[in-house]
Amino acid sequence: MDKEILSQKKKKVIAGPKKFAKLVTNLGEAILKAHPGLKNVAFIGIQTGGTPLTQRLCKFFKDKLGVVPPTGFLDITLYRDDWTSISSQPHLKKTDISFPIDDKVIILVDDVIYTGRTTRAALDALIDLGRPKKIELAVLVDRGGRELPIEPNYVSLRVKKIEPDEYVSVYFQEISGKDQICLEKYC
Amino acid sequence: MKDLLDIASLEKKQIEHLLSLAEDLKEILYRPIPKVPTLRGKLVVNLFYEASTRTRFSFERAAKVLSADTLNFSTGASSVKKGETLLDTIKNLRALGANLFVIRHPLAGAPHFIARSCDVPVVNAGDGTHEHPTQALLDLLTVKEKLGTLSGLKVVIVGDIKHSRVAHSDILAFQKMGSKVVVTGPAPLLPEPSEVSYFALEKGRFKVEVSPEKALSRADVVIALRIQKERHGTALIPSYQEYHQFFGLTTELLLKHLSEGGILMHPGPINWGIELAPEIEKFPRQVILDQVENGVAIRMAVLLTLLAGKKDENTN
Repeated sequence: MDKEILSQKKKKVIAGPKKFAKLVTNLGEAILKAHPGLKNVAFIGIQTGGTPLTQRLCKFFKDKLGVVPPTGFLDITLYRDDWTSISSQPHLKKTDISFPIDDKVIILVDDVIYTGRTTRAALDALIDLGRPKKIELAVLVDRGGRELPIEPNYVSLRVKKIEPDEYVSVYFQEISGKDQICLEKYC
Repeated sequence: MKDLLDIASLEKKQIEHLLSLAEDLKEILYRPIPKVPTLRGKLVVNLFYEASTRTRFSFERAAKVLSADTLNFSTGASSVKKGETLLDTIKNLRALGANLFVIRHPLAGAPHFIARSCDVPVVNAGDGTHEHPTQALLDLLTVKEKLGTLSGLKVVIVGDIKHSRVAHSDILAFQKMGSKVVVTGPAPLLPEPSEVSYFALEKGRFKVEVSPEKALSRADVVIALRIQKERHGTALIPSYQEYHQFFGLTTELLLKHLSEGGILMHPGPINWGIELAPEIEKFPRQVILDQVENGVAIRMAVLLTLLAGKKDENTN
């Protein structure tokens, strides 16, 4: 797995720090349009890309409304349909949801949507934790290629021209040192 | 890692991996529905050739939280009564679709023998007087949780060191993680010189101490062992009363010797009034039931690690 990451090659920067910030703001605005005041709304970031994005969205809501919605983080490793083939030493990230999700509007947050399988796993994981009133999905980038009938409710950026050997990576300053969205290539 | 057979063959890195995985998995046990689908379709077979409550149910619980199916075997109600050999039993259960064996056996090395002749993972749940690796791992997890570290501690094990597989695994495990281990007990139940050299992984890390008071002094962790009535009764000690008088732990003794924040553990089942005074049940720094809870998390980590990264040849 480590080898795979090393062999990734950056092909093109789709968004630098400035556009990145704009995309996060747009995502926040789209959510606020559907849920003014964020009443009864909670955010759950899918580990790992959804975690920093959720924190960014919360900062946006706090600056704009003075409201900090409940947030949690969900690790979906144990719900993946391909978990047996991912690693001989499984590593989990923390699932940390400290509020009851029952009867809340839960907005799942992820950085990129591709096949939809991660979202499927997240839905299963979430439903095992309770019965939300409604579940929505917010993503920064939709790069197409769905293998399941799953569509996000809020999308900031759609990447339409993408080759089969290309993929989208989202880098966050707090993890990678810089906010950036890149189109990369397997080689 | 194909099997989990003993602490002796584990590297520190592997132990750390299992502990951190168990810490993450433990959260599942507190969910409203404590179940995840990860091991759906896997068959875990619990082969217990010796009596067990905690270990067997703990493995079964761990498997079920991960959605694996379980089959339980106990010698009394099986074809072992008709003379079936261990190996034949394994072959037949493999033919029934077993994906992993958890085995407890009165003979040391039985799980190792099975692991060599079997293509699926084997977990040692206690083999004779040899080792009980998952008990040591859950003890490590409990200490890490309560004291925040596993290095630089003084861990004292009291009781039948010679015949206790729990002690053997703990002695190695705590040393590997960077702690010092002191053992104490009646002389006939202490390890012999050749055994001492096996247990001492590094100079100064392992010590046999005949005086319980000296051993207990400033202990961070005290592990009381069960006197194994079923193995040797009072053949090696004068009487249970006398054992309690010299090696039984009381609140007074622990308050006098435990370091600040120090804890008391016991692998169970407890002989109240022999290794532990009955009042210990109310002692605020005993963590015996925390150990049981951590046992489930550790066994989940073990099952997940051994069953990960392998596609079942039957379902491909």
